[in-house]
Amino acid sequence: MGHNRVNQSRRNFIKAAAAAGGLLATGIVNPFNAVIFASEQPTDPTKPWWGYGIDIEKCIGCGRCANACKTENNVPREPFYFRTWVEQYTIKNDGTVQVESPNGGIDGFEQIVPDDEIFKSFFVPKMCNHCHKSPCVQACPVGATYDTPDGVVLVDESYCIGCRYCVQACPYGCRYIHPEKNVVDKCTLCYHRISKGKTTACVEVCPTHARILGDLNDKDGELVKFMKNHTCLVLKPHLNTGSKLYYNALSGEVR
Amino acid sequence: MPPQLKTLIPLFAIFIVLFLVGRHLVVPESFGEAGHYRFNSIVENAEKPLQYADKDACNECHEDYVMEMESDMHAGLSCETCHGPGFAHYEEPDSSRLLVPDQREFCGLCHQRNFNREKKLAQIDLKEHYPEKKCIECHNPHLPWDITE
Amino acid sequence: MEQHYQYLYDMLSQVQGYIFPNELDLQWGLLIVLYPYITGLVAGAFILASLERVFNVKVLKPTYQLALLTALAFLLVATMPLVTHLGHPWRAYEILSTPHSTSAMAIFGFVYLWYLMVVLLLEIWFDYRRDMVIWSKQEKGFKAKLYKILSLGVTDISPKTVRWDEKIGYFITVVGIPSAFLLHGYVGFIFGSVKANPWWSTVMMPVIFLFSAMVSGIALVLFIYMAVSYLRKQKIDMKALDTVAKYLFYILIIDFTLESLDQIHRIYEAEESFEILSLLVHGPLFLTFFIFQILLGTLVPLAALGTLQFYKPKEFTRRVIYLVSSLLVLFGIFFMRWNVVIGGQLFSKSFYGFTDYKIRIAGSEGLLWSMVWIILPFMILAFLLWLLPPWKKVQE
Repeated sequence: MGHNRVNQSRRNFIKAAAAAGGLLATGIVNPFNAVIFASEQPTDPTKPWWGYGIDIEKCIGCGRCANACKTENNVPREPFYFRTWVEQYTIKNDGTVQVESPNGGIDGFEQIVPDDEIFKSFFVPKMCNHCHKSPCVQACPVGATYDTPDGVVLVDESYCIGCRYCVQACPYGCRYIHPEKNVVDKCTLCYHRISKGKTTACVEVCPTHARILGDLNDKDGELVKFMKNHTCLVLKPHLNTGSKLYYNALSGEVR
Repeated sequence: MPPQLKTLIPLFAIFIVLFLVGRHLVVPESFGEAGHYRFNSIVENAEKPLQYADKDACNECHEDYVMEMESDMHAGLSCETCHGPGFAHYEEPDSSRLLVPDQREFCGLCHQRNFNREKKLAQIDLKEHYPEKKCIECHNPHLPWDITE
Repeated sequence: MEQHYQYLYDMLSQVQGYIFPNELDLQWGLLIVLYPYITGLVAGAFILASLERVFNVKVLKPTYQLALLTALAFLLVATMPLVTHLGHPWRAYEILSTPHSTSAMAIFGFVYLWYLMVVLLLEIWFDYRRDMVIWSKQEKGFKAKLYKILSLGVTDISPKTVRWDEKIGYFITVVGIPSAFLLHGYVGFIFGSVKANPWWSTVMMPVIFLFSAMVSGIALVLFIYMAVSYLRKQKIDMKALDTVAKYLFYILIIDFTLESLDQIHRIYEAEESFEILSLLVHGPLFLTFFIFQILLGTLVPLAALGTLQFYKPKEFTRRVIYLVSSLLVLFGIFFMRWNVVIGGQLFSKSFYGFTDYKIRIAGSEGLLWSMVWIILPFMILAFLLWLLPPWKKVQE
């Protein structure tokens, strides 16, 4: 009797251990997908699920993307409204970090730090991360900003009340209040272009192909290939926003 | 039931009914069809006018230039990177002309020497490199290494 | 428009370090400082009133109705700063018609309506119903009509029905206490749940907001009680005043402890954002944080009220101390809201720099509107005291 009971309990233990091991194993597999897909898989794998890649190694800081974006989307020309902008990071030999983005990079950059003081320096284009678990969509009290079925975070201009809670909720500073419309405005991933089969204005004009628009569902697509061949990171991963903007060569100083 | 509640309960009921009726009237069409938003807003966003065409559009008429570009260092560059938005021109070629930037500063946006682009592309110092000349006087921007002098 | 651009160009020269370009224009200004301030006054005043009723603190009787009416006067205005700061005020109804369940802000409309309609208005109505019936007979003309309308036609003042007033009123107060906690804890959650902002994002935020609300509400009632007594040339009930001041002292201790705990936790954990927040409080927020909020708004009243717990000077001296303390606390809590709302937007989410904020006079975010929303509740209160004078109520 006693012997049997021990056996029974041992068997139970093995079962439980196996189950736990299985859980752990799937636990390892699932997060791997999460790295690629930011979070869970998109609902319909036959339709596009837009993502974006930026190769910091290729960016030369010409600011044509920021300029084209303002033209394409009628963004006010004043230097405090940007759907995309470029930052110049300069890390000096003494460890200090200097960041600048004069007029979003549209007028170009000047490196004022002498060469021999520079430890490293690079340009980082910034834009809406089109997060899958976006804090801005979560925060909008009326449903005037939303994640489309194809993974683009858009604003409903005629419904936004202008409360600015989404501006506060965005960790990346990608939203601004349009001074004439008095509603929030942000990168639409040129939704009017991509839904007509064209690429975004910023990708179109980028002279070095540092910017890649792509369908994360398309396993042979340019973006997925880019992610396969490079070590890609998203901004502020600890905030778990499910960002779909992947950077190659992202340095720790970038926030 | 106390007389207070006999009055208050119907009053609150009326208030709630009025609220629900009002809500029904003001919720816009297509709201909630695919999520907590106005579904038609997607269409409105998709219908915004274009400013930039794209290289394929340019290629429809200007194949010669596109081919020329592809033969030199500026291969892969989009026409509109320098010439600006061209959709209006694409729709009605005679109605609008594209930009032909000839300022040194414009070329400098890419080619002005900067520590962190030095290894990536040809760099000059705008202040020292033939400061009295326009870039395009020597360089054909479509064939930048084809120097005319 | 041009003016707005000019303002922003001026701000551009005030930027320190690096900020994201869209961050230059600080989104929530003075009006959003007022919003948690006013809701806090409401919740605090109501909780003080409830103390008398639920915990049967008899000495507080002279302040009970006053606290309720104060809460109502401020609650009626509480949404106005929010609505005036909207880019499209006429679309504000959307927050009630299509509230987004995941948004911390969306439920505010309902929390507010619940608190106004179910708690405050009902409690006051049950408390005043008998008096309104009596007054509608005593008064003449317009005022009599007004009382008739306000009593909603329930004119039965038999002892049995009046007992129902008492019973249901008590029940509503009991429901009201968690509602008041909800109202202001919830306002804290609106800020505390913004994970993008390390100055706001703390679980302590709702609790801190709640206790600072109680502190400010009690201080307000203390002040209004003294002011109203002075204007009516009535003798102040010193027992009631001492008791209110004692509550103020104890809750101020709790509030200060909680806020200190939050800051100590922040300092000890010293996360990624620590350096920028440290620069924030020692730089742009130094005056409003260390001097206004902590020294003048907390430590001085704590010392003054604390001394009175051991040593009782003459009535007049005590009254002066209470007056000064209550005003200092009101001042301090205002700057606590300021430090949260404005402070949380001064530093860049890149953690590399600061933008600046200057109060503008005109415009929807300007000083003028804010003055309107802070003066209006006092006018409403004067009207309510004229309409429903606590001192003319039938005494038990």
